[in-house]
Amino acid sequence: MAAVPGHVTTPGRMGGPGQLVAPTFKTERLSVVYLTEQGPLRAVRGVSLSVAAGETMGVVGESGSGKTTLALGAIGYLPANGRVESGTSRLAGVDLAGRPRRELRHVWGSKVGLVSQNPQAALNPTLTIGRQMDEMGRRHLSLGRRAAREASLAMLERVAMPDPQAVASRYPHQLSGGMLQRCALAMALLTHPAVLILDEPTTGLDVTSQATILDLLDDLKAQFHTAILYITHNLGVVARVCDRIAVMYAGEISEEATAPDLFAQPLHPYTANLLRCVPRLGGQGTQERLATIPGSLPQMGDLPSGCVFAPRCPLAVEDCRAARPPLVEANAGRKTACLRWQILRSEEGRQTALQLDLRAAAPLTLSAVPRAPAGPPRVRDGSSSPPGTLVAMPQDLLTVEDAAKECPGPRPRSTVKAVDGTTLSVGAQQTFGLVGESGSGKTTLARIVAGLTRPTRGHVHLEGTPLGPSVSGRDPSVLRRLQMVFQSPETSLNPRQTAGQAVMRPLVLLAGLERREAGQRARELLEAVRLPASYFDRYPGELSGGEKQRVAIARAFAAGPDLVICDEPVSSLDVSVQGALMNLIGDLQDGAGTSYLFISHDLAAVQHLSHFIGVMYLGALMEMGDAARVLASPYHPYTEALLSAVPVPDPTSRDHRMRLRGSPPSSAETPSGCRFHPRCPRFQGDLCRDQAPPWRLSDGGVIARDAATPATADAAAAAAEHAICCHIPLHDLAALQEAGRR
Amino acid sequence: MKGKVEADHGRLVSPRRAAVYWRRLRLQPVALAGTFIFFLFLVIALLGPLIAPYDYAAQDATQRLQSPSLGHWMGTDNFGRDVFSRVLVGARDVFYLGGIGTLLAAVVGTSLGLLAGYVGRLWDEAIMRVLDVLLAFPALLLAMVLLATAGPSDLNLILVIAVLYIPMFARIARSMVLDLRTREFIEAARLRGEKRSYILFREMLPNALPPLLVEASIRFAYSIFLVASLGFLGLGVPPPNPDWGRQVNEARTFFDAAPWMLLFPAAAISLLVIGTSLMADGLRHVFGPPVARGSR
Ligand code: SF4
Ligand code: SF4
Repeated sequence: MAAVPGHVTTPGRMGGPGQLVAPTFKTERLSVVYLTEQGPLRAVRGVSLSVAAGETMGVVGESGSGKTTLALGAIGYLPANGRVESGTSRLAGVDLAGRPRRELRHVWGSKVGLVSQNPQAALNPTLTIGRQMDEMGRRHLSLGRRAAREASLAMLERVAMPDPQAVASRYPHQLSGGMLQRCALAMALLTHPAVLILDEPTTGLDVTSQATILDLLDDLKAQFHTAILYITHNLGVVARVCDRIAVMYAGEISEEATAPDLFAQPLHPYTANLLRCVPRLGGQGTQERLATIPGSLPQMGDLPSGCVFAPRCPLAVEDCRAARPPLVEANAGRKTACLRWQILRSEEGRQTALQLDLRAAAPLTLSAVPRAPAGPPRVRDGSSSPPGTLVAMPQDLLTVEDAAKECPGPRPRSTVKAVDGTTLSVGAQQTFGLVGESGSGKTTLARIVAGLTRPTRGHVHLEGTPLGPSVSGRDPSVLRRLQMVFQSPETSLNPRQTAGQAVMRPLVLLAGLERREAGQRARELLEAVRLPASYFDRYPGELSGGEKQRVAIARAFAAGPDLVICDEPVSSLDVSVQGALMNLIGDLQDGAGTSYLFISHDLAAVQHLSHFIGVMYLGALMEMGDAARVLASPYHPYTEALLSAVPVPDPTSRDHRMRLRGSPPSSAETPSGCRFHPRCPRFQGDLCRDQAPPWRLSDGGVIARDAATPATADAAAAAAEHAICCHIPLHDLAALQEAGRR
Repeated sequence: MKGKVEADHGRLVSPRRAAVYWRRLRLQPVALAGTFIFFLFLVIALLGPLIAPYDYAAQDATQRLQSPSLGHWMGTDNFGRDVFSRVLVGARDVFYLGGIGTLLAAVVGTSLGLLAGYVGRLWDEAIMRVLDVLLAFPALLLAMVLLATAGPSDLNLILVIAVLYIPMFARIARSMVLDLRTREFIEAARLRGEKRSYILFREMLPNALPPLLVEASIRFAYSIFLVASLGFLGLGVPPPNPDWGRQVNEARTFFDAAPWMLLFPAAAISLLVIGTSLMADGLRHVFGPPVARGSR
């Protein structure tokens, strides 16, 4: 018996996206309701959607748009408090709505493949990957033990697993996120499902892993003739993988179109604005304001009676508020739920729909905030030249010299070099952007600067004054000058303290204000981060993610710091909110003259805010310099790979694809020679494997990476402009990259 | 899975916390009943001697072993004392001993747990090992040994209850600290240079309160039972105070002639223990997940 069921070839395969093919998966006026403490919550209302075999349908929306609920509701896979209120959903001719869970379970097993954002949670941690896949094959395909294993291995092979045998015998925790997601894909495809639901499958991954998964999806789409429902918030990703796209807003579809149409000419104000919000690499120059959508998602319990977007829509008229606009056919193959979509067809019309006021709303003044007293006179001990390679400028606000952090590794007596000798400096009123993927050590470096992690080696100076290795040893006057904004809005505020209390505390403690005065200043600060005064008494549970992050920013700025460390402050927020926060962060710098150490995995975000950029890989800087020069050729090969991995929100873009070999490394074993060599697309053989590459400076100079001698002043100046740590000389790199682009 | 989908809703209006708690409690009739029973007994404990129809200690040789009647709702005992009055007044000691004991255990245990969790290392080891030893003994046995050594008195009873329950509170507080200490708001506090005591009692403790309150109500239920058991064994409140446990013990000899002597105090014990447990169980749901709602 054939181990793997052969391809199912359906007629109409050549039908192309959404044309004349009976849809495999179809929902009609589907409504899903959650029964919550606050009463019933209609998370999805009357959504009709269809996906044909071989077609990839993208469902994009911000958090709260109901996109996941739509997908799960359509297959009846809802949490206990959710149910399909009305509407139908059919999968391969089978009606799913209203079926008991017991029957559905069989349908899920054999006809639905589901890959969720977190493969860790979807896989059983106590069974090997192989066992779990075999189980699927035996239960849903009625295969024997042998045949099941063969099918599993064949499928792992098809998702481009390098060594299927080895992977099959591993447990989930032994694999990296990207690998796990591939296993989850293999498992979902094992039964040759009629529909494959991908719910943010790459959201938890680094860009380079995401890029390989998306490449893989391209291949699989051609091989398997399934209908794919791709749910994501990332417009770049949908542009990259989807044939058709439905944009969801507040539980309804606002627009549906083919991918090229949608990006070329959105016919709904929400889409038009959303597209504007995405920070684009290279496009706009650095330091420009980002577009945002004012207002926030309507609350599900209290929806506007007419168009759900009306409160935020610049085109809204009386009619919009009267009745809910239906999803109408605009052109062939595209639908919009906007009454005034015609306006958007012309360029001028589109401009009126883009309400985005790109100027600062009002100049931000933080005069109310007491500034820290001028620092102590800058002392520079002439003999202590940095042992690192690049020069820490004494006139800079913050200097980090040869910082390193080793932690005990997974195996006994092994060490992990989270940060491995990094030197950098941040000038006054400047932003230093630190980019890197997970495991690059960027967060550890930030924590060393903050004093939350004690370095094994190296020093941190603030205006030439050495800082203690741990916060507990630092003087209050120093603490006041150095604050931090954390990544997760969920945990960065104490759930039992109001926004006002959170902002007042540093004012009382560090700025030494009286309570009453502190209260007054706290109100001013909340206003400065553009929160209404009424938020003073709100608890974090009553704020949205973006609002919480604003409070956290106000708290960091309360005592008038000189340097604020921002550790991925916008990463967990929606694009439309991200822009507003990044604008705020920029405005605060202009108003208060603060410096930032801005850490992110998002190159576009870093580009927008930074004057200088450092690219980190496995605990060390690979490239650094002026923001514009780092993001222009010549790049370090790693920077180049990072840039080419970012999906561009433009389906027509022919990205030149440069992918990294192998899987993301662990810092447990730092590779010899150039630490990037096992994955480097421009690997130069033994030289790279055996010798640490030098820093190559923009003026053509070269500094050995571990040189103990201080660099000359000229070299220092050149290094401050642009430096790349690679064996390939800069002009050769530039030539290679030029050739690659053609 | 559930959390994920709920997170997809975006922001829900969340009214004031107290209102939320009340609404959640109202949705649980059983817990509501338990809470009612608890507060009923609390009122009785506070007002006991005032609302009791007779003096709990007044003996009346003419009224011995009367069965329940309009005059004596729960009958009388072998000395002619009114059982109803004795049950009412007995509640006071239960709340007094169990309540103060539990409270003491909560304060000391929580402090130890916070300290052990936050300071860590040697302190953690030392504190938790000592508490583990305490936990290793069966509670009643330990209480009997301690009381037999120290002699039964109100103060000793309270101390014994406290010693027995300190480990439970310490464990909960400690695990809360371990969970909270890596949260970013704690790191923000450290970056401000907050003192350790501020971080422990002002930043962490409020977040640890809900599980501690649940634990306190569970422990209180247990302590009622413990006080009654000790009273039954003759190690409880010294006479003449009416003690439910001792009443049950004394009633055993007269069970055939006067079952009400035993039934009513026993019922009071059971009712209060069950009511308090139901309340504790309800509180667990009322407070929901220990820290912020909406955090994963
Ligand atoms: S229907 Fe009206 S309010 Fe809604 S998106 Fe269109 S123009 Fe705006
Ligand atoms: S030194 Fe070699 S391996 Fe390292 S980045 Fe340059 S080319 Fe690649």
